[in-house]
Amino acid sequence: MIKFILNNQTIETDLPKGTTVLDFVRYHKNLKGTKIGCREGDCGACTILVGELSDDSVNYRSQTSCLMPLANARGKHIVTVEGINKTGDELTAVQKAMVDESGTQCGFCTVGFVMSLTGFCVDETEKNSEMAVSSIDGNICRCTGYKSIERAAENIKCQISDTGEQKSSLETAIEKDIVPEYFSGIKEKLENLKSEISDSGNRKSQIANRKFFVGGGTDLYVQRHDEMVYAPAENLFDDSDLRRIEENGEFIEVGASATVTDLLVSPIFQRVFPKFYKHLKLVSSTPIRNMATLAGNFVNASPIGDMTAWFMALDASIVLSGDRELHLREFYLGYKQLAKTDDEFITKIRFRKDFNHFNFEKVSKRTYLDISSVNSAISLKVEDDKIKEAHVSAGGVAPIPLYLEKTSRFLRGKEIEEETISGAIEILQSEISPISDVRGSETYKRLLLQQLFTAHFVELFGYQPNLI
Amino acid sequence: MKNVDSKSHVRGESVYLDDVPLVQGTLYACVYDSPVAHGKLKNVQIEAAEKSEGVVKIILAKDLTGENEIGGILPDEPLLADTEVHFCGMPVAIVLAETEEQARAAAKKITSEIEPLEVVTEPRVAFAKNDLIVPPKHFKLGDAENAFKKCEYVFEGRAESNGQEHLYIETQGAYTLPTEHGGMRVFSSTQGPTAVQRAVSRVTALPMNLIEVDVTRLGGGFGGKEDQANAWAAICAVGTQLTKRPVKYALHRMEDMRMTGKRHPYSSDYKIGLNKDLKIIAYEATFYQNAGASADLSPPVLERTLFHCTNAYFVPNVSATAYSCRTNLPPNTAFRGFGGPQGMFVIESAIAHAAEKLNVPASEIQKKNLIQNGDEFPYGQKAESEAAASWTQADAKYDFAKLQANADEFNEQNKFIKKGVALQPICFGISFTKTPMNQARSLVHVYTDGSVAVSTGAVEMGQGVNTKMAQVASRVFSMPIERVKVHTTNTLRIANTSPTAASAAADLNGRATQIACETILQRLKEVAAPLVEAETPDDVSIENGFVFRNGESTNLDWLVLVNEAHMQRVSLSEHSHYATQGINFDWSVAKGHPFAYHVYGTAIVGVTVDCLRGVYEVDYVKCCHDFGTSMNTSVDYGQIEGGIVQGIGWMTMEEVVFDADGRLRSNALSTYKIPDIYSVPREIDILPLETDRENLAIFNSKAVGEPPLMYGLGAYFAIREAVKAFNAENSPGFDAPFTAEKVLMNLYTGKAEKIGKELKNPEPAGNGSG
Repeated sequence: MIKFILNNQTIETDLPKGTTVLDFVRYHKNLKGTKIGCREGDCGACTILVGELSDDSVNYRSQTSCLMPLANARGKHIVTVEGINKTGDELTAVQKAMVDESGTQCGFCTVGFVMSLTGFCVDETEKNSEMAVSSIDGNICRCTGYKSIERAAENIKCQISDTGEQKSSLETAIEKDIVPEYFSGIKEKLENLKSEISDSGNRKSQIANRKFFVGGGTDLYVQRHDEMVYAPAENLFDDSDLRRIEENGEFIEVGASATVTDLLVSPIFQRVFPKFYKHLKLVSSTPIRNMATLAGNFVNASPIGDMTAWFMALDASIVLSGDRELHLREFYLGYKQLAKTDDEFITKIRFRKDFNHFNFEKVSKRTYLDISSVNSAISLKVEDDKIKEAHVSAGGVAPIPLYLEKTSRFLRGKEIEEETISGAIEILQSEISPISDVRGSETYKRLLLQQLFTAHFVELFGYQPNLI
Repeated sequence: MKNVDSKSHVRGESVYLDDVPLVQGTLYACVYDSPVAHGKLKNVQIEAAEKSEGVVKIILAKDLTGENEIGGILPDEPLLADTEVHFCGMPVAIVLAETEEQARAAAKKITSEIEPLEVVTEPRVAFAKNDLIVPPKHFKLGDAENAFKKCEYVFEGRAESNGQEHLYIETQGAYTLPTEHGGMRVFSSTQGPTAVQRAVSRVTALPMNLIEVDVTRLGGGFGGKEDQANAWAAICAVGTQLTKRPVKYALHRMEDMRMTGKRHPYSSDYKIGLNKDLKIIAYEATFYQNAGASADLSPPVLERTLFHCTNAYFVPNVSATAYSCRTNLPPNTAFRGFGGPQGMFVIESAIAHAAEKLNVPASEIQKKNLIQNGDEFPYGQKAESEAAASWTQADAKYDFAKLQANADEFNEQNKFIKKGVALQPICFGISFTKTPMNQARSLVHVYTDGSVAVSTGAVEMGQGVNTKMAQVASRVFSMPIERVKVHTTNTLRIANTSPTAASAAADLNGRATQIACETILQRLKEVAAPLVEAETPDDVSIENGFVFRNGESTNLDWLVLVNEAHMQRVSLSEHSHYATQGINFDWSVAKGHPFAYHVYGTAIVGVTVDCLRGVYEVDYVKCCHDFGTSMNTSVDYGQIEGGIVQGIGWMTMEEVVFDADGRLRSNALSTYKIPDIYSVPREIDILPLETDRENLAIFNSKAVGEPPLMYGLGAYFAIREAVKAFNAENSPGFDAPFTAEKVLMNLYTGKAEKIGKELKNPEPAGNGSG
């Protein structure tokens, strides 16, 4: 039995826990405002808000309900458009902004935009234009060309920013007619629900028997949609032990179920990675970042996993259940083959924080909300103009996420100059084995990786390549 | 005036196909489709699927009651493969089950034995085998062959444009309910309710009068649901006929992408001849259209390629030939622009080619050759041209020379970031080129509470046609638009409709609605005249709910008048017909006056290319657009912004990829990318053309659906300019879309040996710049 709050009502369901929240709200609860566009998290038509207790407040994030198993709704507040609609035919402020700016044409994607923008309003993010647009970066519209929706986002941002009062986003949102009054009572309801549900004590032993683990589900529900409903899965997404981000001496340690957004809002990561938002913006979209876990990205073993490339370049280690620790770069044995047994799962990621330069590069057919053609990350420790430590990774150029071992080794002890970079490129080309596919030809990927490798030095050191 | 559906859209209360409340006993359909692009279908094994849980019936070609045929123009498209399969994704069997999940699970258990035949995916290959859908079409003006001999400059080359997935966010689907006397009600996500009705009639052998097709609205169409909605409705209808139960099928995205056709890819040859003043004297083009496995709408798409082969330019000597080539891809179909953009891309490529060789800006050639009033199009119609006006007005506001100078200056100062600028004039003919299709009907009721209901043949798909229809009634009756309700498009209320296509729905159905409302209004005036002691009905007018006599208000209001008319047994309903006057076309000579009017415009497009990574952004699209007199600026501006972005998508990131075996590789949203919010132009600026010319549009408000898409062509040529600014030795080919891959490869063509010894010198990404 899964219990949660759906809009203004606490409900229970005994449907299979792998059922998607999308199918549940549309076909079991007849809430037809949430639309089906792609069932793979790439269009945002099914966007809902998910409210979760966090410390002393309810934290709302947008998620694509097509990829969200009911199991991950347990004990949360699930909000569909019906849950924000006012009575009669009155509109919320977000809805009104969309109408006023003509942000809707065929209307099929519209609710997704409304929910994402509502998420922007209730979320504790900075209320600026960039974040307003960022909140709808996972929503695809085929009719409007987005300009009217941009204007709607700007319109709503202006209504909620600079209120001059010390209020939470949620309080402001209730006051400004963005969400209904009942939202103010959700925290208490969730607390009651929490004490009611409270994790059973023998969880560890339950897990021990499992061989199939689901985090955010953002790839499993795309690749294996039809079988996920009844899959004998252990859901790790809501295990709070697996979501901590902390500093531990020389190391930073991240729980395996931390989402990309968890990293994005982490003060530790913001401090250690200076261009954090700019880089992570290249990784999927807001709702997917809200769901996708680090461990999910790693075990998915996609050769173009962005976060895998990222952490490999940090020379990160992973800790598996049973406390076995190994380098992330040792985790990949071959295409989709992992150095772990079926019943092992990742619990923690750790990396040394003593690098002093980090960069991430990614190029895809569409710059944002797309899968890399090629990606690359680099971390360097530079002292007295010499590279002391170097780790370079690349995705999309081999059957596995690739740690560029020889290239990294070559860089150590060198100075940052033309000769070093051109020498490294020569080695890099010998380490990779890209294939031609829908994301690009082999020749393109080879050229692109050396461009991205060069770009690391352009970005970090203002290096001026002599390409002409 | 906002779209009348906006409020229900933002509240999630608008009804689409998948939202229609289900009737008890509904079955779900799922198709087993061919995994092979071409072959002999030896047998289909359905036994395992039949035993699968919840399965009620499995239908093969042999089980159909009527004809196994859904081709709208040519009878060359079976609903279900019988003896041969012609493309990957061709429906072979229909599974009907109690739940959607069960239907999908059972469909996976079907297998088939197919003896492979040769797979053709390229139109020129099909042409070489003489495998054409219809005989070639040819347009001729003047004498191109002789004119080339007199030209100072002649350039030849090749231009390729790829397909485009419609990616309406609502996938295809249908829901059929049995009605009495063996009939059925069909809910369909279609732009062509009558096309669906015909297809259903054909496969079920039911007369059309037993088939009701009802369409509330579409979650996007863009041409993709003009003819291609037929199959899904026919599949459900066959299921309903054979089981006497309601049947629903809403396609999953990957099914939709795999099984439906897209914009036609074209491979074309061009030859352009100019005199020393850069006047285009002669133009020759040969178009090889990739039609896919059956005709669908390929023939009229092919024709529109010819109609727009000279875009907004006057060329005195033209010879253009077009071949519709049969390949083993899903039947390609209508897509906003309907072959026009493909034709225009070729002449724009020819001009860019000539400009490059002559070392002049392409805009100089473009400007010198804009079509003037009275100039003849290759198909015989004389232009009422706004081409130069839109160019001049755009230049006056945006200052082309300054924008170009800004880009040049930027390029001087930046080594790894380059800007490119291109001008993009457009000219698009409005009307179905098949003259008989330019007709529409409207049914208007005034009820005794004073409210008004309108039904037309137009389908609402986001383009705001219902809003415009409501505006027509509201304007004629001089009443608040809230008192007008535009109802579903339904074949029982409006018969024999033309599809909502060709940008013409608002004109045709709006005119019919105007006539219907005016007819009722006239009757009401006749009733009112004696009541307000007016001498004739002509002295009566109705404004804002009150009757006026010779311009003076009276006490007689709308509600009383309507009821008085009803008591006098005067009809408050009207069913009106409209047919566009003055249009004709004779294919035996390929001449005539096919278009009610043309829409013109000029855009300037600016882009920035990151020459390190090979990625780009569109900085701005600024255009002067010919609306005539827009009757709804918020709807029309939305159409322009959306059209521009869709056109840019086609020219840049949207890449349909089929492998040599005819399998779609870009088969999901993860592999086929349409513009997101970050990839649209930073700025879109729209200047309405100032004109006082009369036209045949509804309330002088010109059609706006398709034309703006073609401003997007400019993005291709702007990127090309930026690439050349970085790599002056390279002449990138004309091979749309200009993907990030092609950009990077073109940036480093001829340079690569200097940066990586392991890397082979990349081949030029395009081909045939001549």
